[in-house]
Amino acid sequence: MREIDVAKIKDAVRELCLKANFELRKDVLMAIKSALKKEANKRSRGILKSIIENARLAKKKRLAICQDTGMVLVNLDIGQDVILVGGDLKKAVNEGVRQAYYKGCLRKSVVDDPFLRKNTNTNTPCITSIDIVEGDKVKIDVSPKGFGSENKSEIRMFRPTASIGEIKNFISEVVKKAGPDACPPLVLGIGIGGTFETAAALAKKALLRPIDKANPKKHIRKLEKEIAKEINALGIGPMGLGGEITVLGVNILEAPTHIAALPVAVNVSCHVTRSAGTIL
Amino acid sequence: MKIVSIKTPLSKDAVKDLNAGDEIYLSGTIYTARDAAHKKLEDLIKRGKRVPLNLKDAVIYYAGPTPPPPRRVIGSCGPTTSSRMDPFTPVLIELGMRGMIGKGARSVEVKKAIKKHGCVYFLATGGIGALLSTKVKSAKAILFKDLGPEAIYKLEVKDFPLIVGIDSKGKDLYEKAKRKK
Repeated sequence: MREIDVAKIKDAVRELCLKANFELRKDVLMAIKSALKKEANKRSRGILKSIIENARLAKKKRLAICQDTGMVLVNLDIGQDVILVGGDLKKAVNEGVRQAYYKGCLRKSVVDDPFLRKNTNTNTPCITSIDIVEGDKVKIDVSPKGFGSENKSEIRMFRPTASIGEIKNFISEVVKKAGPDACPPLVLGIGIGGTFETAAALAKKALLRPIDKANPKKHIRKLEKEIAKEINALGIGPMGLGGEITVLGVNILEAPTHIAALPVAVNVSCHVTRSAGTIL
Repeated sequence: MKIVSIKTPLSKDAVKDLNAGDEIYLSGTIYTARDAAHKKLEDLIKRGKRVPLNLKDAVIYYAGPTPPPPRRVIGSCGPTTSSRMDPFTPVLIELGMRGMIGKGARSVEVKKAIKKHGCVYFLATGGIGALLSTKVKSAKAILFKDLGPEAIYKLEVKDFPLIVGIDSKGKDLYEKAKRKK
């Protein structure tokens, strides 16, 4: 057994929130740079260049890459040989978020109730997702998600006999409906299988995979490539003003499901797809 | 397409020659307002109260900035999705608002009001709020301060880079982009 103080988790969450909001993910930045090489449209090139310049400035000056510093999702994979000491885990995680958003001058975008809508002024509560895994480590992934793109996400429960074509059409429709609002070029996190809520959770988790890292499963990898190709052919382009690149990456996570079902969830993410992780 | 510099307040005359797709640099005073502030303004108007903001020839920026880090006037401040403000927009146009800054397409009703009153809708690039913050010279929360990031801020901007999304004739750049494809 290994003891870990929740204060260490709090500190890690705080630093990861800051890193994710100030430093654009390397894989995302690389994908934008490679999009610039493919893009011919002058205006779209200008937009991609300003995205690259923005990332440089944000990192250097420790400014939020985007003013929508999001609602924070904290994923914790906790080894079953770990004993957490020093207090309440979820409180520690939320305190880490609060400290980061205060210290980093990040926007507080969380309201206490969907109807009463009073800003909590701390950007908490965050969403905490906990899994118990083998080992004696704690893996922490923090993703602050902006809602311009979050608002465009969708889920559909397909028939189990639905064709790949129907699923692809659904995903294309989601991207078309998102249009310029979701700040393309996008990263798509897609969850397929499981139950209604596991598909959505998988879609969000899929965004954590670096977009330049190939999917280990051959049939899924093929599907990801086909979806990316079809969506880029839509010509929506950077900020929806036309162009070659509409998606920077398509990441799928799949799971076993029921004989009657084929749930598909699409979590739309903008060109400022953020996350940062560490292992304690 | 031409690139021009314009200054607020924006008269009808100042925007009549702008065309969808033009790239412009905007300088002068603009006001931020997003969902909650729009709702509050609408409530005041519905109750027949005075709107505590002079909207005549004004430009509203759909944005909620991050707080200013030390020695900066404002934090990151890019545009939010404009369509969420669509239901509130025609009435603000009736009250004299000339320009709007945001991202994404607008409703048919908003387009009609823009055309009828000779207004203009500008697009700012989303997700580059750090870069756009360098164009803001001063920022002050002036209304609905209890809303925190959703308060109305008075911003002084210099050469804020924008694209004309919908011009005073009602021409829509997104429609053009769709047709070109």
